Amino acid sequence: MSVMKTHAAHLEWGQLAQDAVVGSLKKLVPQHQIRNPVMFVVYAGAWLVLALWIRDLVDRRDALAAFTGTLDVWLWLTLLFANFSESLAEGQGKAQAASLRQARQDVQARRLSEARHDASSERVPGTALRPGDFVLVEAGDVMPADGEAVLGVASVDESAITGESAPVIREGSGDRTAVTGGTKVLSDWLVVRVTSAPGDTFLDRMIRMVEGASRRKTPNEIALGILLVVLTLVFLVVTMTLYPYSWYAVHYAVHRGHVVGITVLVALLVCLIPTTIGALLPAIGIAGIMRLMRANVVATSGRAIEAAGDVDVLLLDKTGTITYGNRQAAGFHPAPGIAKEELAAMARLASLADDTPEGRSIVTLAQQLFPREAQPLGADAVLIAFTAETRMSGVDLDGGRLPIRKGAPDAMRAWIGQHGGAWAQELEMTIQLVASRGATPLVVCADTRALGVVELKDIVKKNIRERFADLRRMGIRTVMVTGDNPLTAQAIAAEAGVDDFIAEAKPEAKLARIRAFHAEGHMVAMTGDGTNDAPALAQADVALCMASGTQAAREAANMVDLDSNPTKLLEIVHIGKQLLMTRGALTTFSVANDVAKYFAIIPAAFVGTYPALSALNVMDLSSPRHAILAAVIFNAVVIPFLIPLALKGVRSRAASAKSLLRRNIWIYGVGGLVTPFIGIKLIDVLLTWM
Amino acid sequence: MTANGFWQIALILAVAFALSVPFGRYLARVFRNERTRLDPLMDPVDRLLGRIVGRRTLGMPMGWKEYAISMLVTNGLMGLLIYLILSGQGLLPLNPLKFPGLNPFLAFNTAASFITNTNWQNYSGETTLSLFSQMAAITFAMFAAAATGLVVAIAFFRALAAPADGGRNLGNFYQDFIRALTRVLLPLCLVITPVLVWQGSPETLHGLAVAHLVQGGVQRIPLGPVAGLETIKQLGTNGGGFFGANSAHPYENPTPLTNVIEILLMMLTSLSLVVTFGIMVGQRRLARVMYTVMALMLVVAIGVAVHAEQAGTPVLAGSGLMIHPGHGQMGGNMVGKETRFGITDSALFNTVSTAFTTGSVNSALDSYTPLGGMVSLVQMMLNCVFGGKGVGTLNFLMYGIFAVFIAGLMVGRTPEFLGKKIERREIVLAALALLVHPLIILLPTAWALASPGGVAALGNTASHGLSEILYAFTSAAANNGSAFAGLNANTPWYNTALGLVMLLGRYVSIILMLAVGGSLAAKPAVPSTIGTLRTDTALFGGFWFATIIVVGALTFLPALVLGPLAEFFLLYPHG
Repeated sequence: MSVMKTHAAHLEWGQLAQDAVVGSLKKLVPQHQIRNPVMFVVYAGAWLVLALWIRDLVDRRDALAAFTGTLDVWLWLTLLFANFSESLAEGQGKAQAASLRQARQDVQARRLSEARHDASSERVPGTALRPGDFVLVEAGDVMPADGEAVLGVASVDESAITGESAPVIREGSGDRTAVTGGTKVLSDWLVVRVTSAPGDTFLDRMIRMVEGASRRKTPNEIALGILLVVLTLVFLVVTMTLYPYSWYAVHYAVHRGHVVGITVLVALLVCLIPTTIGALLPAIGIAGIMRLMRANVVATSGRAIEAAGDVDVLLLDKTGTITYGNRQAAGFHPAPGIAKEELAAMARLASLADDTPEGRSIVTLAQQLFPREAQPLGADAVLIAFTAETRMSGVDLDGGRLPIRKGAPDAMRAWIGQHGGAWAQELEMTIQLVASRGATPLVVCADTRALGVVELKDIVKKNIRERFADLRRMGIRTVMVTGDNPLTAQAIAAEAGVDDFIAEAKPEAKLARIRAFHAEGHMVAMTGDGTNDAPALAQADVALCMASGTQAAREAANMVDLDSNPTKLLEIVHIGKQLLMTRGALTTFSVANDVAKYFAIIPAAFVGTYPALSALNVMDLSSPRHAILAAVIFNAVVIPFLIPLALKGVRSRAASAKSLLRRNIWIYGVGGLVTPFIGIKLIDVLLTWM
Repeated sequence: MTANGFWQIALILAVAFALSVPFGRYLARVFRNERTRLDPLMDPVDRLLGRIVGRRTLGMPMGWKEYAISMLVTNGLMGLLIYLILSGQGLLPLNPLKFPGLNPFLAFNTAASFITNTNWQNYSGETTLSLFSQMAAITFAMFAAAATGLVVAIAFFRALAAPADGGRNLGNFYQDFIRALTRVLLPLCLVITPVLVWQGSPETLHGLAVAHLVQGGVQRIPLGPVAGLETIKQLGTNGGGFFGANSAHPYENPTPLTNVIEILLMMLTSLSLVVTFGIMVGQRRLARVMYTVMALMLVVAIGVAVHAEQAGTPVLAGSGLMIHPGHGQMGGNMVGKETRFGITDSALFNTVSTAFTTGSVNSALDSYTPLGGMVSLVQMMLNCVFGGKGVGTLNFLMYGIFAVFIAGLMVGRTPEFLGKKIERREIVLAALALLVHPLIILLPTAWALASPGGVAALGNTASHGLSEILYAFTSAAANNGSAFAGLNANTPWYNTALGLVMLLGRYVSIILMLAVGGSLAAKPAVPSTIGTLRTDTALFGGFWFATIIVVGALTFLPALVLGPLAEFFLLYPHG
């Protein structure tokens, strides 16, 4: 994981809140308010009530003016609270964008006439570079654009982008060719072919994503927005028609009381329309992107985050995601007549000089099992390195009289044969057994004797099995992709607890499988980093590319993981689900609140005409004006109370849809029904007491 | 509620629920074009009707647009025909009492009313319509409107099931329409009508019976083809009576037995359609949840209405009337009720009639207690307590789309219903369908209350006047047709306004829901996993119900408070 966790973590909350207060005032312009139709209705109502308040003042109706004025203050506060939540979320984004922008300085680039280190060069500004140009970057230079290294090797500091302070290696061949504009070369040099046009580098896109988070709505958000607008329209009709109803009641039916006031109707309207979710909806969306940022993942579209919640198939690369990348020694199986200690000791000696992860793991295992056998190599030991010809490595002890070797079974059999040793039948069976488990057998020989077999196997990451079980509980299928043969793949798949695997996978196989899943209607997420992953990444619904991946892979993906940690995919799914759940939960809460508000305002509005309606005043509120004020105040205050929830997201757990629904209905549905009864009553008590 | 009343209600509901299962299966057979026992009898009729439409049109697969257009064109032409018959009945045969043609406003209102399955009547049949009009305009429209409602629901079900041809085939409107007539409506009418005749309902082309009274003098009693009209009126959830008194008239509803038969007829198809939904969509568990939610709403409504009527009012009690049942008396609020039905069977009849948006009445709703009347009003506002033929199920499913959308978000996925994603398009369409109902109830009511002409038509002032106007527009919007009779709505303004509300209430939501169906049908199905929101659970059923109440019903609370609730609290000072 990264050392410098995130940019966002450094944010000063105090400063952010201050900025957000200023921002929420600035947002009180009609051009901004109109973008949120639900809140625009409140905005129009607030102006209308302001006008009525002035009228009341002019008419010198003091008691009424006090009521109208207080109510209007709370309407404006409702708007400010809504703007505040949006500003706060935007502030987080802006802070992040600012720190990113620091990396995007204007730099001078050395453009080469051709792709050679020593070709003639000219100094040009970074903005003059076009895709296809070659540039030379050396230690101390800042990368002028995105590109692909074609020559050289260099260590690069990518912390400006990734927050990761440890330098990474970029080189002119293989899968580590992608370089990013704004990163800094620490040592050596690279010749880079520019791939991005000016203003469209990875960094630029990241900044745009963070800054534009508030402006681009995702499909689901749009659908929810429409639903909220229609509910608002319904309530607009409900409240508008109440005026003639009341007029009839007063003038025709009973000749008592007053026709319901516009102020009261505005109060009722504001309370009924889904202001809570309407106010928090923009913040929820931005916060979702910020949560992803905090996990050090950059999404290139908001759509991808929503899609992450819908994913029901994960294609996971075995290496790095499910296993620790390298095979490790898992056991010693001695040949007949050989003690296990001896095999372990000899295997250890043969591996002491072996600097590969496999070799080191043999040493570690031997020392763990038999700490007393751990002797250092003698001074006369001669190390025999692994070569492609011999396909074995080892050490010659006692001045060459005791050669110890380890290697693949067929190579070792040839070696034993050459030296006139015996190859036991049992040994062959052990080799078969180990291979059948999906592990790799290594044979260890000392002199002419075959001592036994070291079992090397892929070590499945700790806790990964539980995480897959979690995913299964959420209805997500996991498919392991590996280049291993089916036998090995099956063994690892069983150990890790994945649902399915693709063995001997080629990039085309991934692509074909994704297409097959799509045909069945599944949504697929995958990770990848190599250029040959690009077609599959482009096909997948959620495609997470490692930051260390090639340019082609980055282009094809819709998310980039700056930590290059493939397990991140699981976290992304959670974040996606959380985003949708937060929207759903707050919508339910907002709509459920209406019930109590009806019971606060309706009797208050009409009790003058029909005194018997006081029976509907179930909360026993002190007076009609207090009842209406209390409902409006509750409606306003609930917004800041819910800002933390909107920004943090509701708790997402690995659970079935059924238990999630039950939980959320209880908390936000039933809670949303009951809370305002209590809240409005409390506010009424406070108003009376003051 | 009396013990006797309770057992009557329980028995009738039990029979209705029991009948709905086999009949629902039968409907599924009919509309999957499987063989039925009626085929030998009805196939020739099909061929005859098919010749009118044309073989090519009949075999054409239809997408939602073609289906909707065919439905609109057919209904439009039939509506026009009805209008012409009503306007020109003076020139047409079978007019023994020589009634003149209807004025254009009343003719428009009546044509709109009957083609939309509303059957709102701003006239009394026996003093306005010729026998030809009763048959060719009224009874004909009752068949057509019922068949239309039925087949649009069927088309929607087909859209939700795995549709053929990538969602471009929801069936053929004309074929469905013909099968609805020949396999469902006509056969049942042919069987039931003789029963009503046996019980005393007339079926004749004589316009008048002349009775010489014992005390001297002559009484002229209007007659006509009543029994046939009565059957399709109930079966088709139409509700328009031959006589102004509707099913309170002894010729329309002669005995307690016919009363029960008529209640069962009203319920039969709408109940069964939920079963049909389960079979055609392959979601029997979901259908059971839907059925249960609707049945619970119905039972509560019946319970409240019967209790309110049986309990009577303090005013009745204070005036020395017998308020408790016993000694051969029914007690309770017998104002406006027929003694041959009593409290229970009257309240049950009218509650079922408004739940299933039939609109026929066997007692005067205007004279119900505030709560008893409000039950009818609320059911039409919900418009999905089983509801009218076909459209009730569609409305219930529309609320289901919202419930799925919100609950789907709460489990962290793009909401999906029956494996289809609910996205922007579906939400827009369903939201418009949701919007139209309160809009066409609340706005015209407000207009009527604010205009002198609107208020002048009232027979009552006080808050009951508001209830009467609100009831009129609610009844029109829900295509119910029952009325608080205190309102004299036979004025040009009311005729036009109510007629328009009926047309909008009928076709806008049908077209929008067909569009939702078409959109869902075209989508690929998402496979179900444990992470998928399951809609066929009691938990979701509860959420669905809450959505209907909070989104659908509470919208009308302010209006109800100024109408029946104000009356209620005035009558019962301590609530």
